[in-house]
Amino acid sequence: MQIQLPYSGLQWSDIPFLLTGIYHTLLLTVITVVLGTLLGIFIGWARESSKYPRIMFGPLIDVVRSIPLIIQFILVNSFFAMAGFPASPLVIGGVVLSIYMGVLTSELVRAGLRSVRPELKKASRSLGLTYWQELFHVSGPLAFRAVFPGWVGTVIGVTKDTALVSVVGYVELLRASQILINRSNEALLVLAGTGLFYFIICYPISRYSRSLEKVLKHD
Amino acid sequence: MIEIKNVRKSYGELEVIKGINLTIKKGEVLCLIGGSGSGKSTLLQCINGLEPIQSGEIIVDNTKVHDPKTDLNQLRQKLGIVFQQYNAFPHMTALENVALAPRLVKKIPKREALELARQHLDYVGLGNRADMRPASLSGGQQQRLAIARALAMQPSYMLFDEVTSALDPELVGEVLDTIRKLKKTGMTLVMVTHDISFARESADRVAFFDNGLICELGDARQVVNNPKEERTKQFLQRVLN
Repeated sequence: MQIQLPYSGLQWSDIPFLLTGIYHTLLLTVITVVLGTLLGIFIGWARESSKYPRIMFGPLIDVVRSIPLIIQFILVNSFFAMAGFPASPLVIGGVVLSIYMGVLTSELVRAGLRSVRPELKKASRSLGLTYWQELFHVSGPLAFRAVFPGWVGTVIGVTKDTALVSVVGYVELLRASQILINRSNEALLVLAGTGLFYFIICYPISRYSRSLEKVLKHD
Repeated sequence: MIEIKNVRKSYGELEVIKGINLTIKKGEVLCLIGGSGSGKSTLLQCINGLEPIQSGEIIVDNTKVHDPKTDLNQLRQKLGIVFQQYNAFPHMTALENVALAPRLVKKIPKREALELARQHLDYVGLGNRADMRPASLSGGQQQRLAIARALAMQPSYMLFDEVTSALDPELVGEVLDTIRKLKKTGMTLVMVTHDISFARESADRVAFFDNGLICELGDARQVVNNPKEERTKQFLQRVLN
């Protein structure tokens, strides 16, 4: 007996499906970058400013950095399900990737704050600036300049890592193209197109950051 | 008036100030001299509360500096300090460097703060460098910028911590000229310096620090030309030859 697989070539009607995939990739990227950066600034600042956060957040950072993301997605997904709060793939992806990005960013923030000469802080405080005024107007901006290129690298990395959320059923750009490949057998064409889209998403980020770096470069 | 009463200060086990008493009168110029590690720079940083002390007290215009109830940010507006390293904010122009603290601390509107900053840059001879960043200024110019920045807070006292030590010899003069100009206005100046001839010429009094204590304190010419203490003589001989 012959089995007829439902192969059919690529059609124009596949485009909305791919666009949804692109939208999902962008949505998750934006959520991750915003939450991850805020989290990273907080953790990095806290760890650099006092002893207890430094010790407290240490294990989190080691664990999150060392375990492959795919395993993290599956574990967190199972955890939510077992705890009786099954969450959507977007939530799982958002939570795991934000923490991951937060951890990577926190180390950047720490390095940035350390790169500011302590004498500059002393000089600011001696003028009567409060701790927060010094942080916002002197240490913060200087740290930002120091770690900006590294942060852009992290953003680009996380954009591509959104593809991994497909393991918990999130249909983003890569998953959408795999589905199309399974149906159409046009692996090369679809993958080339998908790769191009990732490039189109990431390249402007790095281009824009390079021009911004030139503006920021003063010292 | 700054009153320093029996102040002791240690870094861990190491005691760097071992009980100093000193009164600095309004309008006087006091130079602190002595070998490195003798505690003079540390004392300067204790005066505006940048460094904590272990015992004794420092009183600036009837305010105890190290009293936990003292608003240090308020007090520091009275005490301008300039460091050995220029410490200009590298991400701001000269003008913004000077305008920052008046804007944030004294809440002066931006426009007036910039105008005030321009006046102080003019005062130290940097009027034509207002829009440059510290990186494009020479060491002497950066140090004058630091002086303008401290002056913009209109302090009652200026503390100078070896402000010419990091400078190339040919740039020292312009910074000292600025300090001389300041002296003429009647500002109270406390200077840690290695420049003995400047101390003799410009200071009213000189205090010689040795091993965390004031070894000799007196009229500038007397201390430098005819020191009474043996330690002072030895130090001056080493430095002047």
